[in-house]
Amino acid sequence: MSTQTTEKDASMLKQKEMIADHFHALAHAKKNGKKVVYTFVPGNLTELINHFGLLPVLPEINALQSGMRGKSAEYIAIAEKAGHSEDVCTYVKTDIGMLKAGNIGPTGEPLPKPDLLLLSYTGCFTFLKWFELLREEYDCPVVMLHVPYQADGAITPEMRDYVVGQIRREVIPAFERLSGVKYDEAKLRAQLALSARAEDDLVWVLESGKHRPSPIDAWFGGVYYIGPMFTSFRGTQDAIDYYRLLREEIQERLAQNLGPVTPDGPAGAERYRLVVEGPPNWTSFREFWRMFSSEGAVVVASSYTKVGGLYDRGFRHNPDDPLGTLADYCMGCYTNLNFPQRVALLESYINDYAADGFLINSVKSCNSFSAGQLLILRELEKRTGRPGGFIESDLVDPRYFSAANIKNRLESYFQMIEARRTGARP
Amino acid sequence: MSAPVQEKIPGRLGEMVAKMEALYADLDLAAVRDWKSRGQNRRAVGFLPVYVPREVIHAAGALPVGIMGGADRIEIVRGDSYFQSYICHLPRSVIELAVVGKLDALDGFVFPSICDVIRNLSGMFKLLLKDKFVHYLDLPQNFDRRLGGRFYIQDMQHLAQGIGRLTGVEVTDSALRASIKAFNHNRAAVRRLVAARSDRPWEVPTLEYFLLLRAGYLIPVEEHTALLDEYLELVGRSGRHMMDNVRVVVRGAFCEQPPLGLLRTLERAGCYVVDDDFVLGAHFIERDLDERGDPWEALAEGFMEYSVPSASKYDEHRTKGSELVRRVRDVRGEGVIFMAPSFCDPALLDQPMLAAALEKEHIAHTALKYSEDTGQFQVIREQAGTFADGLKLWSNA
Ligand code: SF4
Ligand code: SF4
Repeated sequence: MSTQTTEKDASMLKQKEMIADHFHALAHAKKNGKKVVYTFVPGNLTELINHFGLLPVLPEINALQSGMRGKSAEYIAIAEKAGHSEDVCTYVKTDIGMLKAGNIGPTGEPLPKPDLLLLSYTGCFTFLKWFELLREEYDCPVVMLHVPYQADGAITPEMRDYVVGQIRREVIPAFERLSGVKYDEAKLRAQLALSARAEDDLVWVLESGKHRPSPIDAWFGGVYYIGPMFTSFRGTQDAIDYYRLLREEIQERLAQNLGPVTPDGPAGAERYRLVVEGPPNWTSFREFWRMFSSEGAVVVASSYTKVGGLYDRGFRHNPDDPLGTLADYCMGCYTNLNFPQRVALLESYINDYAADGFLINSVKSCNSFSAGQLLILRELEKRTGRPGGFIESDLVDPRYFSAANIKNRLESYFQMIEARRTGARP
Repeated sequence: MSAPVQEKIPGRLGEMVAKMEALYADLDLAAVRDWKSRGQNRRAVGFLPVYVPREVIHAAGALPVGIMGGADRIEIVRGDSYFQSYICHLPRSVIELAVVGKLDALDGFVFPSICDVIRNLSGMFKLLLKDKFVHYLDLPQNFDRRLGGRFYIQDMQHLAQGIGRLTGVEVTDSALRASIKAFNHNRAAVRRLVAARSDRPWEVPTLEYFLLLRAGYLIPVEEHTALLDEYLELVGRSGRHMMDNVRVVVRGAFCEQPPLGLLRTLERAGCYVVDDDFVLGAHFIERDLDERGDPWEALAEGFMEYSVPSASKYDEHRTKGSELVRRVRDVRGEGVIFMAPSFCDPALLDQPMLAAALEKEHIAHTALKYSEDTGQFQVIREQAGTFADGLKLWSNA
């Protein structure tokens, strides 16, 4: 989410520094007697991992970074050569390939082996297979944290008890054994209070997209904004500082009625306001972004920036109920919502952010996001009357990013919006 | 659409096979309508692969009906417009069946948590079939009885209440025990079938084995148990001859099912399938469940302690590789064919781990992919044939 600098704002520099420090700490973890926990992004237990002085590694982040650094094609090829199917999620194959190629992390320093795999799977079954595969490579314990799905559109008391029970009886004891540190509820409460402060600022930033023109791009830019919150920094002073800086910068842009900063500098006039469903593509990230920015298309809200929680719908980590709030967080991520919830959320974004239309970027890798997206498209068109676009790509497999094709589709899509505006039939 | 799958078999056995073929071809669920018409207020509830505790549906007074896709028997007209090309075939044929009204005989649907596709499909059903009961059954991946077990029991009880609202039947412990008993009988009969097929695969061809399991997804459990018993008795005296085939184990076909032509192709290519994961829900629990104690606990115990390894279940004790090796040895398998549906993440992600376990034990394996509507089998025939020939050479060496 963060190697690329689109603007040299203080927030950007701060984020780069935080990431560099984290990977540096990881590279020296063994030497410094630090234990390492691999886990996944959605609904992660960052505060709890930090609580025990453990260092988190998020393989999805490494995979997307490999995509951005142009390494994923090579890593995927290594994994496929080792027997992994062409059909499956490319994050997994990128990670396996990276491991087989020496496990060098995004900053060029080596990544440490895990001391524990925290198989917290929120919103994706592939996570389960992913850590079963990693377990074959590393001789370390695995802790399963089964996060139930919001099948009926709500978190029930039974679901909550189940997750809290697993955290209390399995995750915390495993962390205590690994770290030699005792669980301290008062300390966790303090961490969660810090989380909530940064979360407030993140929500403010994301909601600035309601302004016309939007001072942010809530997808291409948004992936940078969610970085610290969704990864290793929630519950830290660093995260608070980062989001405060970011908020001030965006406040400044708002005051000047400026649009977002794009790969080519400040955006031109805002012509199309879009809501986007699905993750971006990482291998051609800038090129992809340019296809939007060159047309004056700005993403005002996106579902991808909710894979680590729906803060904008009111969730905050609650220090008064430390384990309960962690459970709610685990279950509240976007891909853990059922289909009617997903459709309703996108519908509300389209209305609340006064979007001209919505676009789905369907990635081949991810059944969790993609299975059923064509129904989402239809439902949203029906409910909002606004035009929907559909493009296909992949996260980190460059074989599935066809620039010409995507550009064509986007151009036709923008024309469709124009046609609707003028009342002409496309 | 597929050609007739069997040469005509004479006598009662032939009648039975014809009946099973008719059930397999019954995409309109005429058998379910017929069952419903034979009583007042009867309800039927469909379930998706891989496993659901059918006992709960049965005890709530409804007929559990397995939904396994449309195979090559339905032309996909609308289903394709719901799914991108890189998603497996099963959901598109299931949606096709739903939107053209072929699932109308079902009053509700249960979607077990086996993968993201089935999970999302449950929500699509909620959006598309608003008047139907839809339950997503979150099978536990935490195998501590106080945690996952408790959660699972609560989930099954919600399911029972939901179906109970359709049927007006409250699931009592004694009703559930009776259902467990009925399914225990069925499990025992399926075990006899599995054993007969692995002992004498020439007597129980893969195709018939498969059709028998599929029949159990459409007719009442008691009838199915009787069907299995009669079939086993008849094939025991059928005088079918042994061929010079190799004995293979198949893995990966637990959800989207292979078309019948593919099963026939394997046998024609010289492979006796002596163990597999077809229609896995029918043989997912390896032993009888307790019929006397708390029936909810018995069902939880069944899933958490006595279910077979499956790609959609967390392999807590890291035994799926050794279990496969053990199974291959038990059934005297000479090799393994990994046969997964295209784009099936759980099956395909499992394969490298299973393959590594086989390689350690020098067990030969090959891999092929299919789709439920695959219509061309030449390549598969050649691949399976080459594999079979290789195994024969190896065993003669
Ligand atoms: S399937 Fe989707 S959510 Fe799961 S690991 Fe792959 S990209 Fe991530
Ligand atoms: S075939 Fe595989 S991916 Fe498709 S629904 Fe079944 S388990 Fe899921």
